[in-house]
Amino acid sequence: MNVAKPLPHDAARLHVTGAARYTDDIPTPPGTLHLAFGTSPVAAGTIKTMNLEPAKSAPGVIAVLTADDLPHDCDVSPSAHDEPLLAEGTVHHAGQPVFLVIATSHLAARYAATLGDVQIDETRPILTIEDALAADSRFEEGPRVYQKGDAAKALDGAAQRLDGSITMGGQEHFYLEGQAALALPQEDGDMVVQSSTQHPTEIQHKVAHAIGRPMHAVRVETRRMGGGFGGKESQGNALAVACAVAASLTGKPCKMRYDRDDDFIITGKRHDFRIEYDVGFDTRGRITALDFTQYARCGWAQDLSLPVADRAMLHADNAYHLDNIRITSHRLRTNTQSATAFRGFGGPQGVLGIERVMDHIAQHLGLDPLEVRRVNYYADRISDAPAATPDAPAAIPDADTNSAARGSGKIPSDPPDLAQTDAQTTPYHQPVTDCIINALTQRLAHSADYANRRRAIAEWNAANPVLKRGIALTPVKFGISFTLTHLNQAGALVHVYQDGSIHMNHGGTEMGQGLFLKVAQVAADRFGVPLETVKITATDTAKVPNTSATAASSGSDLNGMAVQNACDEIRKRIEDHLAERYQTREITFADGMVQVGREEITFAQAATAAYEARISLSATGFYKTPDIQWDRIAGKGRPFFYFAYGAACTEVVIDTLTGENRILRADILHDAGHSLNPAIDTGQIEGGYVQGAGWLTTEELVWDDKGVLKTHAPSTYKIPACSDRPDVFNVALWDQSNPAQTVYRSKAVGEPPFMLGISAFMALSDAIAACGPAYGDLQAPATPEAVLNAVERTRA
Amino acid sequence: MVPRLVDLMDISFSLNGNPVSLRDVSPTTTLLDWLRDAQHLTGTKEGCNEGDCGACTVMITDADGSRALNGCILFLPQVSGKHVTTVEGLAAPDATLHPAQQAMIDHHGSQCGFCTPGFVVTMAAAHLNGATDHDVQLAGNLCRCTGYAPIIRAAEAAASRPAPPHLLHLSTTPPGESPLATGAEPPNGTTAHQPDSADKLAQRYAAHPDATLIAGATDVGLWVTKQHRDLGHVIFLNKCTDLRGIKESDSAFRIGAMTTLAQVETALGPHFPSLGAMIRRYGSVQVRNAATIGGNIANGSPIGDSPPALIALGATLHLRHGDTRRDMPLEDFFIAYGKQDRQPGEFVEAVSVPKQPDRLRCYKLSKRFDQDISAVCGCLFITVEGDQVTAARLAYGGMAGTPKRAARAEQAMIGQPFTQATIEGAMQAMAQDFEPLSDMRASAAYRLKTAQNMLLRYLHDMRGTAVNVQEVTL
Repeated sequence: MNVAKPLPHDAARLHVTGAARYTDDIPTPPGTLHLAFGTSPVAAGTIKTMNLEPAKSAPGVIAVLTADDLPHDCDVSPSAHDEPLLAEGTVHHAGQPVFLVIATSHLAARYAATLGDVQIDETRPILTIEDALAADSRFEEGPRVYQKGDAAKALDGAAQRLDGSITMGGQEHFYLEGQAALALPQEDGDMVVQSSTQHPTEIQHKVAHAIGRPMHAVRVETRRMGGGFGGKESQGNALAVACAVAASLTGKPCKMRYDRDDDFIITGKRHDFRIEYDVGFDTRGRITALDFTQYARCGWAQDLSLPVADRAMLHADNAYHLDNIRITSHRLRTNTQSATAFRGFGGPQGVLGIERVMDHIAQHLGLDPLEVRRVNYYADRISDAPAATPDAPAAIPDADTNSAARGSGKIPSDPPDLAQTDAQTTPYHQPVTDCIINALTQRLAHSADYANRRRAIAEWNAANPVLKRGIALTPVKFGISFTLTHLNQAGALVHVYQDGSIHMNHGGTEMGQGLFLKVAQVAADRFGVPLETVKITATDTAKVPNTSATAASSGSDLNGMAVQNACDEIRKRIEDHLAERYQTREITFADGMVQVGREEITFAQAATAAYEARISLSATGFYKTPDIQWDRIAGKGRPFFYFAYGAACTEVVIDTLTGENRILRADILHDAGHSLNPAIDTGQIEGGYVQGAGWLTTEELVWDDKGVLKTHAPSTYKIPACSDRPDVFNVALWDQSNPAQTVYRSKAVGEPPFMLGISAFMALSDAIAACGPAYGDLQAPATPEAVLNAVERTRA
Repeated sequence: MVPRLVDLMDISFSLNGNPVSLRDVSPTTTLLDWLRDAQHLTGTKEGCNEGDCGACTVMITDADGSRALNGCILFLPQVSGKHVTTVEGLAAPDATLHPAQQAMIDHHGSQCGFCTPGFVVTMAAAHLNGATDHDVQLAGNLCRCTGYAPIIRAAEAAASRPAPPHLLHLSTTPPGESPLATGAEPPNGTTAHQPDSADKLAQRYAAHPDATLIAGATDVGLWVTKQHRDLGHVIFLNKCTDLRGIKESDSAFRIGAMTTLAQVETALGPHFPSLGAMIRRYGSVQVRNAATIGGNIANGSPIGDSPPALIALGATLHLRHGDTRRDMPLEDFFIAYGKQDRQPGEFVEAVSVPKQPDRLRCYKLSKRFDQDISAVCGCLFITVEGDQVTAARLAYGGMAGTPKRAARAEQAMIGQPFTQATIEGAMQAMAQDFEPLSDMRASAAYRLKTAQNMLLRYLHDMRGTAVNVQEVTL
């Protein structure tokens, strides 16, 4: 049995010895050329003149290209065809690529890229939310609105009412491996591209356009990325296209990697938001009406901003049942980097919005914020399992212990749990039928000793004039599926060789999340062989076509099922052959052996026998998520196959003289369904929490008033360091199986834990509340300066 | 670097146990670029190219022992005569993994794996040195995937395992020597030098006052990797061993200019614990192993952390030009932003710190606790006799174009009782001392407010009230 084992990452040994190859580590053929972009120093304007002679005559330079030199349409947008590879007459953000240097070395290219003299007639850039609203600079024709009930009427009749707003900064991905691509020209104009990308098919598609060839002429391979987090979903397009175009023009292999500063100023980041709220509630804090306005700064090009902003709206409820809710979303176009996918994809912003509302209501009413959260929770799903107690979670339903069900791979179109008709619905009218947040919260509050610690903190704060502590327990409910429904498909290719070794390939990419290992565990399990029997291979557009990005936490759900289906197809062929040969249907695959009636042969012998009987031992697998449909304009439907849940309890301490702060302890209970690999999933949870806490504390993007990003390197942009993790860090898996029929009843775990970090922000707000009677109105990120400002507001 | 910056040099060292002799290398070639491009040793990664992320960490060993350094801002001449160990050289010759490598596998310490080589090299250096303060040791290695918890578990697990013999022996094995390492004079007309004594440096620099001095290269390195600057004539100071080290007399500590911040911490930390605690946040282990006290002073940064602390301690700066020496109070060295009282060809030879009862408190304020440049660095030394303030040195970084004392605030408290009322008066006076800037680190208002509040913190601190979030434990 391989599934559910806490196996180490398949490449761990390669990682620790330095032998794991990333795109920039791939040996290049002699004569490989290197590229760098010359970028715009200003945020908006019209290019007057470009004197590129100094760059062209710099040492090692082969050529310098501008938009006019490109042989085909070189758009690098993943959506709206609005991102020319090189600026065409106008520039839209400081850092936008304007010209491309092709040189004999990386350093020569970078040096020459600093020498171009680009004269730009500057125009006043649109930088802030206010700028964009005033200019009506936006994507889509106007704000998007989703609603349920009648928020305006309910607000009018509300017993109590508050309004407010929270700004939340963007976030640089800071994948440790910067963007990189290598293009290798082939015979007949074909192109092979090595790319550090979450989306090889997109790279293939954009490269094919850019070199004027069909997709079949381009093969893209990705073995691994040094981190992605959404930042390599679309942002690798420019490098791959530049390399392919340069390789086409020169006939030489071309490689490009961004220096870290270039990576900061060129590529998109998480969208920063401002969320305004007007909320009505009763004396217990139960929300009766809520009106949200979300403003997203999308940057200069559309990229993935529409689905990001949609997902922010789809998570405006988080784990709370709201009868009267309206969400208005403005997708604002600004002269800054084009904001893009980042772990959570708008979800974190939406969740932070309502968690802020809970915090504000609780402080206004003088209640424990956890109690306010609880009275607003969705009801847990109706289950015939015993109810949860503080000491024990509800019993695990038996579906996943039934090996027949696990192995069937068949997806009932209407699972009984999901067919409830009287369920509470989300603001987008999807019934919530799998909720466990009440039981999960109860168990976490107990294991983290929330109530006692809350009392102890109050006493400690009374005795300490300078330092104050705070604690918060916040929930996460996150919808799983791409909201663009057609993306919820995946393919796989599995070969069994005649020696019984297995070659496994699928459309997902490995960025450190352990996808390859989890899927290999599935493959090994289907054939009953040790994991070493399964060869994990690079993602390759020539093996599995038309793949979706490895994104939306969907990697294991989609690719695991596709691989399972491919394996089951081959296994069935082997079974059929053995059944005929041995005249029995009693065939099992386990421990590297195949039991056929009373005979036992090795899996390798079974493979050889099938081969010699002329049985095909290669199969493709395909999977599409069932039961989802979504109208993103109306804001109605069932965009999500299921929800993943979790909760975190964080304790912090702040310094009221400087705003310095620190996380002291975090306790997490997270729902990964029936985990395919508890060690990998725990790693996602720990890492997601710290990354989420970083977003809301130390990570601050600062643009100056001309739109130039001033935090463009790790010297000025501070992701969490080692000592920023909680001193005490307890992480547990809920580990009940997923009622939805996912691969081995597991749940997606890539993005949901990111939002557990919101508990750190709310704990800071709790500590600030100990400083004075007024609401601190903490804004994100909670840098020491933001915390000190909030402390001072409490005393106002 | 393709543009020819300076003359070529010959150097030699050992790489993963094998002697290497290089002829005609550009002296501003970084070790990282050479490893990856020339040696195709791609285990060492480029993450930021400015010494902040640690993905390029290598272990350098010489007679002083083994230490982690950032390969991306380490020029080849700086490793001449030393052992260089990369991630590829950590496992034993029979491929048995280093305990840190094995523990990282066992504890799921790698996810994407890109930062992992840097982590295991830093861990291996700490392991050789018996260091178990893992948060401090690993502050210079950034990981974006794991949240660090499994990495710390791995470091803890590896700590009890013996170091591999092939690494233990390095510090007692002489590596290859380059011609320059012997102090031989380079040919006439060359514009890259590596003198091996302060006297030779003084002579060389007086003759070539246009030269760029390279000590630890934690700042100059970025001039090359980020700004593509042509350094012209360069003089490497790393062979000037007589500029390195701390001499203790009855009345003072004299710190040689080439003393690294790591060495300063070790020597002065026991005497001034708050200074030691602040230096532990200066850069990272990798940076402190390279950065020198002379460099931190001479580059004149208004946000270098050692000058305010040294000014608060009443330090004296020792400058040298040829055979001429002069001394001055350290604060007088800083004239204006980018302008110091240093003549062409003159260099910082040492700085002296008087021995005195410890009243120093260093308050370094930054967005992130570890390895972050200060928004404000307040170093306060207030002498109280009876209950009267008799002397005050309030030195700040980040508040002006230079490290600067808060003269009016000092005057407001001297002669007054050491009370909250006095402190509040000094806080008000401080508003006249500084007109700080707003930038990406903090706003002007926040800088002034916290600089003032640091006086209040000092009062609380001296009265035993808890003021440090780092000292709160559960």
